[in-house]
Parts: sequence; structure tokens; C-alpha cells
Amino acid sequence: MPEAVNAIAALQGRFPPATARATLDHPAVNVPAAEAPAALQFARDELGFDMLTDLTAVDWAAGVSPRFTVVYHLYSTVRHDYLRVAVDCPNDEAPAVASATPLWAGANWHEREAYDMFGIAFSGHPDLRRILMWDGYPHFPLRKEFPLAGIETPLPDPEVAAETRAKVLPAPMMGGPFVASTGEINLSEEEPQGKDESWSERHVKPD
Amino acid sequence: MATEFAYPDSEAKNAAGEFEPEKMSLSMGPSHPSTHGVLRLQFELDGEVITRADPVIGYLHRGDEKIAENMTYNQFVPYTDRLDYLAPLANNMAYAIAVEKLAKLEVPPRCQAIRVITAEMARISSHLMGLGAYGIDVGAWTVFLYTFTEREKLYRLFEELTGARFTTSYSRIGGLQRDVPGGWTDRVLAFCDQFLPILEETMKLLTRNKIFLDRTMGIGVISKPDAIAYALTGPNLRGSGVPLDLRKDCPYSGYERYEFDVPVGSTGDCYDRYLVRGEEMRQSVRILRQAAAQLPGGAWYAVDAKKIFGPPKDKIMTSMEELIQNFILVTEGPQMPAGEVYFEAENPKGALGFFVVSKGGGVPWRLKIRSPSFCNLSILPKVCVGAMISDVVSILGSLDFVMGECDR
Repeated sequence: MPEAVNAIAALQGRFPPATARATLDHPAVNVPAAEAPAALQFARDELGFDMLTDLTAVDWAAGVSPRFTVVYHLYSTVRHDYLRVAVDCPNDEAPAVASATPLWAGANWHEREAYDMFGIAFSGHPDLRRILMWDGYPHFPLRKEFPLAGIETPLPDPEVAAETRAKVLPAPMMGGPFVASTGEINLSEEEPQGKDESWSERHVKPD
Repeated sequence: MATEFAYPDSEAKNAAGEFEPEKMSLSMGPSHPSTHGVLRLQFELDGEVITRADPVIGYLHRGDEKIAENMTYNQFVPYTDRLDYLAPLANNMAYAIAVEKLAKLEVPPRCQAIRVITAEMARISSHLMGLGAYGIDVGAWTVFLYTFTEREKLYRLFEELTGARFTTSYSRIGGLQRDVPGGWTDRVLAFCDQFLPILEETMKLLTRNKIFLDRTMGIGVISKPDAIAYALTGPNLRGSGVPLDLRKDCPYSGYERYEFDVPVGSTGDCYDRYLVRGEEMRQSVRILRQAAAQLPGGAWYAVDAKKIFGPPKDKIMTSMEELIQNFILVTEGPQMPAGEVYFEAENPKGALGFFVVSKGGGVPWRLKIRSPSFCNLSILPKVCVGAMISDVVSILGSLDFVMGECDR
């Protein structure tokens, strides 16, 4: 088995702005956004981290700067160790980092998901569009300001929306995230119950 | 930048002013028997040959990661059942270990062994489902009846252990929902004894079956470099000949104590992936026999971790201290330090990873679920091109994905 490498020292040797990142398990390193593609390529080609096992983003809440961090988890299929690479997005309003798809084909869908959920633009991505939500969805659901219940949104197809007048409605939260506010409501009456929703031509849906 | 899937233009002409060979577009799913859930595939066809494939996912997106940010760590356990709903016990275990790593908590050997038993039973049950469904996909109905009979026996054992057949929610942070009932491990061993002959019989229906061979050999070949570039994991990666198994390579929950082999394929086609799954079931039986026969005694939860695992139920109503401990745990959640951890477990479908970002307290700041089905499906646009439309059914079945996990 090949010897373990000191990935952080090697990365810092090549990219001096890189700093060690606080971690509870695997080695982790912060890399500036400008150096990220080169550093990831260095990790893949020179350090042997040949698999991009996960790519995701973290929103540190509005008002915090840098607000968005893209986190890469690299894995060596030979040495069997992990490396976490964190890249802070320089612009809090319109976050963007370079795409890792040219390095790992598997980054394609992960970056589409991060774009879908956080609105992070990956420059150089071959096909950056939403993946879990539908095309044209106006929000970025995993940003911290997006409410858990959701936001009222028209249906994806305008023709269906015009015909049915249906919308994607926020989920009934019953007083807060999974906490019944006792004292304010009568729990036995306010619990979600089966309601008569058997709309038909004779029994029309009330507005 | 965004490229919508364009339907082919039948009027298109090439540079010489001749009509292009007419391409046909085909939308398969989201409700189609071979897509195993709500997966939609948009194809561009030249005759019967696929020239472009674009999977559309997200029909089962429930926002599990958003939900996780709004509840305590233990409250999220039932949501992990609904990721890979064919192996909920394995998901429970992976999630619990990820959060325990955050707390730097090591659970006692008995708890680890019980988790290994449940995870391996989940692996057998998931592969049985995959095998049966794959048989139906390529036209062999009988296999399904055999595998479902065996799966039912496992589900009876799950019900006895957890109280639920399907959504088990068995793990807790720092332990389990309950200890194993008396005589349960003997019934697991009895299941193993009768299971192996039936597995042989079941796989005999396919392994040398001419129709099955024609439909799987040389179909959907995934090369080694491709499998690594797309971060395939689990049987799909090993079918391509990469001997990567996190149970061996980064052992967790005491897997280093058990003897088992990691089967790998040679060509990376659908047939290899089928063979790998079959052999994995035999290896799981090996692990089950070792773990169930020498189940360690002692505590089945982290007794000292009073801020993470709840007190015994019989103490709560009789002792003040335990009552307070239980109350804090239920209302505020298990108390975790601030930091970041990433843990991957070798699940039946591949490496299920949890990336937990904590700012302290009982609720995660961010919980990312790295689902193997998501990564395994991302190779579809590559592996489908050049295949016949009827081979898609075979390829999809051999990738053995679950949309609940892919869409989260």
C-alpha cells in the first residue's frame, strides 16, 4: 500500500495561500477560489486523490461574509483516504466558482445540484441547469432565508396552471418547525385532519 | 449556458443540403415499470440506437437536507429510512455513525455488532429486491417469486427486531432503539442456513440462462476510469473491476473483525454487476454467521454519553435525574460540538455519505447526503449512448438505484 501523503503540506507548498481548515476527521484545506481548479488538479494528479466522492455547498447565512463555501470531498481509491477542500465563494450576492467537471465527469450533477439549491454558478460547466427542482423555479431552497414550509409558486407548466388554477403551496407547519405551540391553539382541534377534498364538477373547489 | 433538451428537427439538413438521418425523440417515464420509481429519461434515437440520453430526476425530491436543518439529530433518523427505502437499516446505521463521529463517540462492541448484523441483512434484502426486479426487467418472472419469498423472511426478522417491517428507524445517536430480543440471533442463523441453497437455486435460473446472457453480457459496459471519474460506488464500481469496499478499506462499526471477500467483475457489463450482487449476498451471509454467532455481551448503547443517548425507559418515571436528562434530550437534542465531519458507509447501493456541519447544540447547521444512487445514475448519459433502446431496461436494472435516495 502506498504511503500516506501529507496532503495539506503538499498543497501549501504548491499553493501558498492555501490554509489548513478546522476539521474533526479527515485532513481539510481552504483554497482561494482563484487557485481552486489548479489545486484540485494537483490533488488529483500529484497527490492521487482520483475520485471526487462528494461536492456540496454550505450557506453560512445572509450577512456573513464569505457567505457560501463549496466543499469538495476527494478520495484516493489506492490509499483509501479522504481530503476535504473548501473554497469560499468570493461574491456573496452572485456566488461563483470554477467548475470541476473538466477534472471529474461526476462533478456535473453535483454542481447542478449546488446551483439548484444554493444558486452558485459554476463557470465552465457544460450544462448548468436545475436538477432536482424544475426549470424556471424561482428560488434556491437550501439558502438559509428560504422558509422550511416553502413559498407559494405557480406550477411549472403555465397551461396547466391556467387550467387548474392550482399552485405549489407552502406546507402547513402548524405553528412552527415540528413544534406544537401549546397554549396558543387547541391541539385536539388544530391537528391536521383528513378534510373533504373530493372536488367534482358538481361539488366545486372553493376559492 | 443552459441547454434545454431539444427535440430533433425533422427538417434539418446538413452542409451539403441533404436531409439529416431523421432522429426520433422518446420520453421514458417518469412512470415506467423499468425505471424503478419516478425517473424520466429523454432519449434521442437514430432508429433503435440511442444517440443522446438525458435523465430527468427530482420527482421524489422532498428536501430532506432542508428538513434536517430544522430538527434535532435523533428526529432525523426516520427520514433516513426513506432514502434507500429498500435498506433502511443500513441508512440508519450510516447516519448514526456520521453523527457519532462528530461527537467522537465510540459505541460499545455489542451495539457495533448488532448494527453490522442489521446492515448485512439489509444488504441481502436490497440485493434480493434488485435481483428479482432485474429478472422481471429482462423477462424472467420466476426469480422475483423466489427472491420475494426470502425477502419476506427477512422482513419478519426486521419486524421482530424493530417493530416495523419497512421503516425501521432502528439506530439512535449513540446506540439503538432497543436490544435484540431473546432468540433472535438464532433465528438469523437459521435464516442463513436455509437461505444459501435457495440463493443457489435462484441464481441458477439466471446465471447460465441463454436469454439472460444475451440481454446482459457486453451490455452497458462501464470502464474502470469512467467508473472512478463518475464516482460510482458499490456493486456498480466493483462490477467494473475496482476492488473498493469501504467495509474493507476504511472499516467502521467493527467490520475489521469479520472475514469476508470483496467480489469484483472483469468487464464491467450488466452481467458482471449481476454476478457481483449475487456473490455479495453470499459474503453477507458469511459476515452474518460470524457476527450472530459471537455477538458480544455488555451494553448496547453508549452508557456514559448522557448528553447524547437517552436514559433507560424504566428509569425515566422513577428517577428525577433521568427524567431531566430525557427531557433535555427530547427538547434540545443530543448535544454536539461544533465542527465538520464526513462519513461514508458501504451501503447496498454504494457509498452513502453524510457531511455534517455543526455549530454546536442539537441541530445540524447543514447536513449533506451523498447518495450512491445519485452518483450511479449520473453515468447514464454516457453509458446509454450507442445502446439499443431495449438495452436501456437492462442497464437501468443492473445499476440498481432507488429514486428516494437519488432525489432525497
